[in-house]
Amino acid sequence: MENTVLKIDSFSAYFGDNKILKEVDLTVPRNVVAALMGPSGCGKTTLIRCVNRMHELIPGASVSGKMTLIDEDIYAMQPIVLRRKVGMVFQKPNPFPTMSIYENVIAGYKLNGIRMAKSELDSIVERSLRRSALWDEVKDTLHRKGTFLSGGQQQRLCIARALAMNPEILLLDEPTSALDPKSTSQIEELFVELKRNVTMLLVTHNIAQAARVSDLTAFIYLGELVEFGPTEKMFTVPKDKRTEEYLTGKFG
Amino acid sequence: MGGHLRGRLVKDLAFKGIVCLFAFLSLLPLFLILYYITKNGIAVIDWDFLFHLPRPIGETGGGVANAIVGTLMLIVLSSVISIPCGITAGIYLSENKEGKLSNTIRLSVIVLQGTPSIVIGIIAYLWIVAPLKTFSALSGGVALSVMMLPVIVKTTEETLKLIPYHLKEASLALGVPYYKTILKVILPSGLSGILTGILLSVARITGETAPLLFTAFGNQFMNINIFKPIDSLPYRIFYYAMSPYPEWHSFAWGASFILVVLTLALNLIARGISAKWKTRF
Repeated sequence: MENTVLKIDSFSAYFGDNKILKEVDLTVPRNVVAALMGPSGCGKTTLIRCVNRMHELIPGASVSGKMTLIDEDIYAMQPIVLRRKVGMVFQKPNPFPTMSIYENVIAGYKLNGIRMAKSELDSIVERSLRRSALWDEVKDTLHRKGTFLSGGQQQRLCIARALAMNPEILLLDEPTSALDPKSTSQIEELFVELKRNVTMLLVTHNIAQAARVSDLTAFIYLGELVEFGPTEKMFTVPKDKRTEEYLTGKFG
Repeated sequence: MGGHLRGRLVKDLAFKGIVCLFAFLSLLPLFLILYYITKNGIAVIDWDFLFHLPRPIGETGGGVANAIVGTLMLIVLSSVISIPCGITAGIYLSENKEGKLSNTIRLSVIVLQGTPSIVIGIIAYLWIVAPLKTFSALSGGVALSVMMLPVIVKTTEETLKLIPYHLKEASLALGVPYYKTILKVILPSGLSGILTGILLSVARITGETAPLLFTAFGNQFMNINIFKPIDSLPYRIFYYAMSPYPEWHSFAWGASFILVVLTLALNLIARGISAKWKTRF
């Protein structure tokens, strides 16, 4: 399918002998928010960390199966090339503490030694900060350290930093779990806005969040992809009994 | 009942008093040292003392310019050797928390820190002085760099360990290669801690005399050739203090004053750096 950004084919991940993900199949089309939900420890974070190959950085980690990013085999690419095409936002906001807001946004270019004209960098910074809805709040303090911002602003700065690289897909690892309710709703609104141009894979343990922002939802339980489909459908008529039990709060 | 309570209050007070007394006693030596050195040393410090060479026996006057230059040269030499090695080893330890090599390095660093400085001097003699067949600034620098090493390795490791792992992940997730992540994200974030460690290690070796006795050796004259013997402040203090001449004794006090001011300044700068440049995560 031409419209597919990410295709995961009977993919398994391991820590040593421990099988964390069991033959997961998942297809993410362009410009949607796909949520991965499930109880803690079910493997949802491991799954997105396999997409940008951060999983393999942990000693003893291994994978099997196939993942493709727009027809390119992820596990045949150089990790550093792959990771420039796949943005990631983490649970805890993590702007670089030694860099200003401006430098943080273009960190992907600066740290990778990609040289550009000042005017070009300026426009990347402005565009990325506008896309992450932070521009109006920081346009006068671009050269202050990013760590002086509030938690929600820091997280939007991290989103801008990921967007600046024009990623094919944005991985969001419980991006609002460390934030207050107001910052959370700002960021959720942002995701809905962003999906016009960006494909997002959102890990969340917040069922309501999955319902609010995602088009597609996958329910993962004990390393198994139980169900994957349009969010509306899953939340109203889940096919699997386990999904229903999870959604009604029987476990997790 | 009342008497019992009073007894306890008195004991409490006595305990507090003893704690304060001993805390004060531990401060006393430093203040006495500073007092005597300032009292005896400051009068000697003048233009001649700072910028002239020692005079031969029998002549009056002269200074310790060669020793000041020598000490600065030794600091530079030992820093050039130990800073790259120490920081690299510190990075290795913080990146590889487990493992045989890490544990061996950690143990070696502790043992090295406890090695008597005179032994390190002998080793430097064997390594450098004996093959080159001459005492030299270089051999003194090597001996001092071995002494600096443990402090730099330890502080670098401790500093880098405190840097949150998610910063490294943030950099790697942007496609930044591992080495650039270390050099451009991790090291700058730990800069204040590493600099503090370097300054403290310099402060530690500035006053070392024992490892210099048979390496840098001492020199009456000005020398800036690293393959020739060189003078240093601690050596000059030793030399003057052992002499029978009252004027040289006062010179020893003057040189001590310079040395103490230098060490004190390094310590204060180190504190300032660690407080002011601390990275906020």
